Amino acid sequence: MSPVQLANRIPLSDYAKVIGEGEIEELRTLAKPLAGRGVEMVNSTAVGGGVAEMLNRLVPLGGELGLNIRWEVMTGGDDFFEVTKAFHNALHGEPYHPDPGHFDVYRAYNEQNLKRIPLDAEFIVIHDPQPAGFIQAKKNGKSHWIWRCHIDLSHPNRAVWDFLEPYVSKYDGAIFSSPEFARQLHIPQYLFHPAIDPLSEKNRELDQEFVMEVLARYSIDPLRPILTQISRFDRLKDPVGVIRAYRIVRRYFDCQLVLAGGSASDDPEGAEVLREVKGVAEGDPDIKVLELPAWAPLEVNALQRASTIVIQKSLREGFGLTVSEALWKKKPVVASAVGGIPNQVIHKHTGLLAHSVEGTAYQIRFLLSHPEIATRLGEQGHEHVKENFLITQNLKRYLTLFVMLDQGKIN
Amino acid sequence: MNIADTPFEFFTVAHLTRIGNLSAGTLAELLTGLEQCSDASIFHHTFQTLSSHHYLTEGFSNDFAQWALADANRDALAEQLAALDIRDYTSIAALRADLCQVVRDYTEQHPEFAHQQALERFYFCESLEVTLPFGLTARTLEEFHAGVKHLSHAAFYFHFISSRLRLQLRTNDFSHWLANSLGLKTLAENIDRIDIYTNTLDSARAKLLRLVERERRKHEPSTVSQPHPAV
Repeated sequence: MSPVQLANRIPLSDYAKVIGEGEIEELRTLAKPLAGRGVEMVNSTAVGGGVAEMLNRLVPLGGELGLNIRWEVMTGGDDFFEVTKAFHNALHGEPYHPDPGHFDVYRAYNEQNLKRIPLDAEFIVIHDPQPAGFIQAKKNGKSHWIWRCHIDLSHPNRAVWDFLEPYVSKYDGAIFSSPEFARQLHIPQYLFHPAIDPLSEKNRELDQEFVMEVLARYSIDPLRPILTQISRFDRLKDPVGVIRAYRIVRRYFDCQLVLAGGSASDDPEGAEVLREVKGVAEGDPDIKVLELPAWAPLEVNALQRASTIVIQKSLREGFGLTVSEALWKKKPVVASAVGGIPNQVIHKHTGLLAHSVEGTAYQIRFLLSHPEIATRLGEQGHEHVKENFLITQNLKRYLTLFVMLDQGKIN
Repeated sequence: MNIADTPFEFFTVAHLTRIGNLSAGTLAELLTGLEQCSDASIFHHTFQTLSSHHYLTEGFSNDFAQWALADANRDALAEQLAALDIRDYTSIAALRADLCQVVRDYTEQHPEFAHQQALERFYFCESLEVTLPFGLTARTLEEFHAGVKHLSHAAFYFHFISSRLRLQLRTNDFSHWLANSLGLKTLAENIDRIDIYTNTLDSARAKLLRLVERERRKHEPSTVSQPHPAV
């Protein structure tokens, strides 16, 4: 088993232009007592998904700071990933019919991987439920084991949680993305917000020329207000609700709506929602329903940057990092007060929250009528992300956790 | 220019947020939480939150006030909670007592709102602090100026605001050192007057640096042409 090989390393010094030299110096100071110490990150995929994206950036930055950090990926057959997908949905509160066979598959792959992955670092961070069973390898000694849960555990399916909880309770601590996602556990629980990378293709500065090219490609008029929601075509993102809100706004403002999301070709439900959305949008040339290629970070970046207002009208949400992406681009955001969104949109300070179609429409109308307020919210939103939701802050939280564990300030 | 016997030592600081087991869905539950939560929790939702939201210079003071406004929809209570200025406190116990008093008075005056469900629950968290020497010290005003320029937001806030709790004095690390080690009492007072609620940390730091620069100019040899001694 060899650790994941990382591509596209961005040196830490490049981030100084974004967050300032003082913040970089602080990272170096925090990392000093950890120089040469072993850190191991373990998850279940090297590509695709937010966790892999984050580890791809975090691990090289940790290495540059002198940590002996590596990233291991567990392996599994289709049967394992079907089971863990079912677990994932069940932990999000969706219906699940317990099948003892599922638990056996989970145990078998965890044990199989334990024979191949050396878990000998001083600080071991296990991401998400798939490898949570690795905790069986914990020995009494110097290693500190932390479980990083990226999903919302506020309303888990009882059967799945009852199966996982004995594993989780053996860790030295657990990390959640939001206090409301956490469980009542006997181990310490910490709050680490998910983070975006300001230098990634999805978030870096773009030439205005490229932004205009993207608008032209999709026949979007740059001279009229553009309302945008970026999200996959999923009922929980309420794209039809967004269209209804837009239609209310249209009575007062000549604006356009862009609904852009990843390809739905491999997702039967997504394809059905996309058809439904296209049906509802039919006949209105100012609604652009864009099915973007699976990975089109530059297009997403350009669409966000070209937007007058970014909407995230989800009915349920994990953390909803698309909100931070928009705020980072200084865009005023109107979003639902669900999941992790209120952490990012502080009502009336870094954006506006809404609880209904009508409320969403009202907040959009308000911002279109008060561009100076929209600008202020966008600027404050940018600062909020800079302070709380950048990859460098995530790195700082890990360093702080490791220093505290090392100093014995926490268990 | 004076040289201090005791140097100013710059620290770097980082906080880890621990999720507590208390939460509140009503004002009555908020009061119970305020009474029962740890000191680290009161610190987190007041001192620490002001630091992590320093760029908001209008209407944001602490998490309790923001929750009362945005989730419990009680504007008057939010205003009263926001009016508590953390610079007036040198102990968490005193701050907790005042927070409780404000919520208690409000719920007694408006019992109809005490058990009304808020839109979202309030989750009590705690800040755990780690401090490490930044590797910079200052014995002169010039070195002090250079050190302050290099600090991160968190470190600046640590020395400038949360130091009150450590010193148990209504002042900050910078002013304390300037007054006691360099004898610059007026500069120390002027720095302590910088309003963190209407400034961002960047603008507060810029003001502080300008005050220091002005003080340095006072001590420079005059550049007005002086008669040279005859050779």
